Amino acid sequence: MLDTQALLHTLSERVRALLAERAVVDPALVGIHTGGVWVAEYLHRALGLTTPLGRLDIAFHRDDFGRIGMHARVHPSELPFDVDGRHIVLVDDVLYTGRSVRAALDNLFAYGRPASVLLAVLVDRGGRELPIQPDAVATRIELAPGESVKLSGPEPLQLVLLPHKP
Amino acid sequence: MNAAHIQLDKHGRLLHFLTIEGLSRRHLTDILDTAESLTGVAERRVKKLPTLHGKTVVNLFFESSTRTRTTFELAAKRLSADVLNLNISTSSTAKGETLLDTIRNIEAMQCDMFVVRHQQSGTAEFIARHVKPHIAVLNAGDGRHAHPTQAMLDMFTIRRHKRDFANLRVAIVGDILHSRVARSQIHALNILGTGEVRVIAPRTLLPAAVESFGVRVFHDLGQGLKDVDVVIMLRLQKERMQGALLPSESEYFQRYGLTRERLALAHPAAIVMHPGPINRGVEIESEVADGPQSVILEQVTNGIAVRMAIMSITLGNHAQPAEARG
Repeated sequence: MLDTQALLHTLSERVRALLAERAVVDPALVGIHTGGVWVAEYLHRALGLTTPLGRLDIAFHRDDFGRIGMHARVHPSELPFDVDGRHIVLVDDVLYTGRSVRAALDNLFAYGRPASVLLAVLVDRGGRELPIQPDAVATRIELAPGESVKLSGPEPLQLVLLPHKP
Repeated sequence: MNAAHIQLDKHGRLLHFLTIEGLSRRHLTDILDTAESLTGVAERRVKKLPTLHGKTVVNLFFESSTRTRTTFELAAKRLSADVLNLNISTSSTAKGETLLDTIRNIEAMQCDMFVVRHQQSGTAEFIARHVKPHIAVLNAGDGRHAHPTQAMLDMFTIRRHKRDFANLRVAIVGDILHSRVARSQIHALNILGTGEVRVIAPRTLLPAAVESFGVRVFHDLGQGLKDVDVVIMLRLQKERMQGALLPSESEYFQRYGLTRERLALAHPAAIVMHPGPINRGVEIESEVADGPQSVILEQVTNGIAVRMAIMSITLGNHAQPAEARG
């Protein structure tokens, strides 16, 4: 059983430490829809940031459109700040293959040229297919292929382990 | 099987977009929601998404059009597709080539989507029946039958201003008889659960048994406009008007032209729409067309996002059969 609230707290402390270490002042948080946005909302409150939260939907940037088409639910992306020269913390709930993060970076750069991008995730479950690694992570877990973990929410936020689908 | 059926696969997903008729509220709201998330693209520095990279979209226009063809072209380009514009009225058919031969030839150029406009009803459906299975067909207007993408961009514009359809009174004014736009709008408004849909027109410009479409009929503009939230003006289709359906343009304007005085009869927050191109001084006065309640140019802008949504949904549904999804 994963203690989601404790993990959220751990992640916020690790992001706080990371920002201090890098001397980043006034970063902008960007959550990836939908779970990443929930985690980013928590971090935004916990870190007391002033820059409004950004939200990215990656449906139109995915690399599997040619195989599986459109995802049913698409949300508007909104970045309510100037991306140029900003230090950005990209936030997702679960890091797996790295393909979502690649799509999110692609989407982010369509808005401008950030000064830097850090990646914060609640859970790293391994299984990367791209050279993408998190800068802040609350926990790492081992899952068999076919098993998955997802964040349900928004109230309460709860990590759920899903068994292998037949 | 008619157009309403062949546009869906056996799981009820949109493969083509030929007509609004027969679609569910879910189909329409999915398109509107997807379009909503695509409007932000125009505000980015890079107004382009990689979604349809490597796909080829063919605009097959057998009837002239500027706005519709251009917004389809822009929609495809913003999704990174390659676009071919074919104006057939001046090309192959003039040399005697049949429609099917034209389609086979363009198919042989390995394209993925046909956007079709034709003066004859049912052409897009005919093409959808005959193309290879990987090709999506979008109807960009067929005869008097349907113009479903126009209706969807109108629904999108209404929803952005008025939110809930259930409490709305919407009036469509003018040449309903010749209007494929009006037909598609009436279907869409009813599927979305619009409180009241009115049509306002002289008897000669209404189809027989128009009430059966689920509309209230008015012949007097003043009465029909009372308390409406949305006024949709239609263009007087001069090119389709043969015979004595109307006394004269000036008399039409006197009875059915939208003036500021008449618009004052509608709800004070009513919006004025028009699919374009507008005939100033025939169905609408310039002061209204350019006035604060007019959303006519917004409709044009919204057309891009709505067409991007329909393109990504239909081509996406060609990508993989539903049973292979998780």
